[in-house]
Amino acid sequence: MMIKVTDNAFDPWQELSTFQLEMKRDGEYGACANFIGTMRDMNEGDSVSGMFLEHYPGMTERHLDKIVQQAKEKWNLLETLIVHRVGELLPNDPIVLVAVWSAHRKDAFEASRFIMEDLKSKAPFWKKECVVEADQQTQKNRWVEKNTSGY
Amino acid sequence: MTQSNSQMYEEAMPIKVLYFASLKELFGRSEQQLSADGLSTVEDVWKHVSEGYDVSQQVLYSINQEYAQADSLVQAGDEVAFFPPVTGG
Repeated sequence: MMIKVTDNAFDPWQELSTFQLEMKRDGEYGACANFIGTMRDMNEGDSVSGMFLEHYPGMTERHLDKIVQQAKEKWNLLETLIVHRVGELLPNDPIVLVAVWSAHRKDAFEASRFIMEDLKSKAPFWKKECVVEADQQTQKNRWVEKNTSGY
Repeated sequence: MTQSNSQMYEEAMPIKVLYFASLKELFGRSEQQLSADGLSTVEDVWKHVSEGYDVSQQVLYSINQEYAQADSLVQAGDEVAFFPPVTGG
């Protein structure tokens, strides 16, 4: 199990392949489900040029750990990996990676969804986006008010 | 340390209050120390720190880095945080 909150840009494909190699579970897993969230250049009809992601150091990691423990109680999981970016981001930057390895697909599919939805609704992260105004000249910063429901 | 000294020390411990995101901007600070005197619940702490501010948004609470309810009890030495709905992922 690994949880990383980082202010460095990351390559989710590299993270996946490195973790899968290093977790030393070859032959055990029959399924890996993963979710990658990426920053868009539009939100609520406005053009977005950048974003700042704030978190609560300590509580954020603790909450992510709790979500993973809950998932492990509900499903048969071999390994989990969560990487979440904080700090200054640009459109197309990966924001989050959730990956789950299990023997069969049901556990990997359902647990990865559960972890991702709990992360979106409860893990302490806050997005502030830089919006380009209609005149295309000026920009303003605004906090994203709420995440949309994933179900 | 004798027991009485230990009690005096605990009574003097402040509550550490943290603010995040839009609430940090509203209050103009990310952290403050408060005397626990007269403050028994998270809601007491919130009313104390937000007095005079126009807070129209929803506010979430945590105590010692775990989500808490308005009537959750706070103690000297606790870390209490106030923040808006989360928007990660």
